[in-house]
Amino acid sequence: MNNTAVLLPMIVYLGIIYWLAVYTSKLIAKSGGGFVQEYFLGSRGMGGFVLAMTLVATYTSASSFIGGPGVAYNMGLGWVLLAMIQLPTAFLTLGVLGKKFAIVSRKINAVTINDFLWERYQNRGVVILGSVSLILFFVAAMVAQFIGGARLFEAATGVSYNVGLAIFAVTVIVYTTAGGFRAVVLTDAVQGIVMVIGTLALLVGIVNYGGGMTNIINTLKAADPALITPFGPGNFVSKPYILSFWVLVGFGVIGLPHTAVRCMGYKDSKSMHRAMVVGTFVIGFLMLGMHLAGALGRAVLPGVTVGDLLMPQLTLKILPPVIAGLFLAGPLAAIMSTIDSQLILASAAIVKDLYLNYINPGIETAQGGSKRLQRISFYSTALIGIIVFLAAIKPPELIVWLNLFAFGGLEAAFLWPVILGLYWKRANAAGALASMAVGITAYIYFDRMIKRFMGMHIIVPVLAIALVVFVAASLMTREPEEGIIQKFWG
Amino acid sequence: MTQKRTGKEFKEDKRYTQANKEALIAIGLFILNFIWWYGFAYGLGARPVEEYTYVMGLPAWFFYSCVAGFVVFSFASWFMVKFLFKDIPLDDNAEQ
Repeated sequence: MNNTAVLLPMIVYLGIIYWLAVYTSKLIAKSGGGFVQEYFLGSRGMGGFVLAMTLVATYTSASSFIGGPGVAYNMGLGWVLLAMIQLPTAFLTLGVLGKKFAIVSRKINAVTINDFLWERYQNRGVVILGSVSLILFFVAAMVAQFIGGARLFEAATGVSYNVGLAIFAVTVIVYTTAGGFRAVVLTDAVQGIVMVIGTLALLVGIVNYGGGMTNIINTLKAADPALITPFGPGNFVSKPYILSFWVLVGFGVIGLPHTAVRCMGYKDSKSMHRAMVVGTFVIGFLMLGMHLAGALGRAVLPGVTVGDLLMPQLTLKILPPVIAGLFLAGPLAAIMSTIDSQLILASAAIVKDLYLNYINPGIETAQGGSKRLQRISFYSTALIGIIVFLAAIKPPELIVWLNLFAFGGLEAAFLWPVILGLYWKRANAAGALASMAVGITAYIYFDRMIKRFMGMHIIVPVLAIALVVFVAASLMTREPEEGIIQKFWG
Repeated sequence: MTQKRTGKEFKEDKRYTQANKEALIAIGLFILNFIWWYGFAYGLGARPVEEYTYVMGLPAWFFYSCVAGFVVFSFASWFMVKFLFKDIPLDDNAEQ
């Protein structure tokens, strides 16, 4: 196997990423007093294309590029159908949070989701619960992403797991720490483009290699007719199950803090409009392309037993080495672009939501405070990155499970407090706090105890319970103070 | 419980009327997307495999639900922002 040729595009690619980090860290040095706004939200300067790309790149992770196609390999077109539920996420998230979220976050000068929750509910419990669950779930998700990335690197290049992990982790930690939010979104844009090119190359490669689409579908049909039905072998992709994904990866995505924060960071209405179109196209293309590649892969490369190894094996088999390297940079990009966003947000939760609010509120105005705050922000970002890296050295099993666990947990915590806080004047702190606590607890309990609820993914009953609790607790307690309503709606 | 309803006493930010409308339109498109996806997938895909028809080598249910759905709704999102969404200022001082 020609490892050098596979490695070459990856090295060029990592080089570009480092260069972007240097460029953005210069902007931070210039930001002066607006350090927090710049470091954690890029001073709300995102244009449409960058917004679309960062939204998509943040959202698409190891599970879209490695885990998901691996399942599609075993489940056939039914799993591609399931993946396509994610097509509306970009226009839905941007559309529902919409301009109102952008306007409100400017009114209250919010930089993080927890800023928003604090101004809206003015309750310490809400912010602390929000920050802590965000940090815990993000750390779990980042570990899973790191593992996915390192395994992929190992399978593709023959470099050992630990070395791959180190190359990978150092890159992400360095550019995120040095460049902050702006580095994150700019590298996301580059990574999004790499993902699109990689997906296209792989799909075309598979169809050619398999002798045309008709041929491939016939091979699948001969292997097991269920592979070309919406239901999959053994009716695994049953209707209640797949429909519940319209909640988990459809509507529920609105509540993910790392996508929601992008909805406060764009420049103007035009950026948002463009991002809704570009984002929808790119996410649809990636989801369709990658999962279809996995499903069709069964016809050209039968007998893969470990789902997570499908993508690297498939790529190396059907693409020439340099193009394979380019393609494999795609999933690496997907992984890095998810980790970087979570890293900067976890750091924001510590510095902005906990440290600045509770431990040292005076630092921003104190003499020399700005410099110290910068240092603390850098350290905090780097430290979280290092913790995640160390946790990933001894990897636990099952990437998809870990990742989905964090995914649903974040939705259970944030979806209703954000949406109802934005659109329902009567929503108050008691409702938000009760809903978050019950939502997270129910999610963990259901996940351990019942797995599926009446054939559905457990996120459906969990979000239903969290909604009922929110509304009931709000109505049973005082309405929010006039000042809050005035600030948000006036 | 002693507070009065405050909703009418101040002027609500005018931009919210348009923002709320746009949010509902986005949800509308989301629902249309679901109907399209569901209708083709199970309308055509639930029959026995022997009766399947094919478009560009792919089973018809899959082609219409996933491939055509992708193209149609990418275009629909463009249509939505082009004709139904408005370019409004987001900054706080832009209100007056």
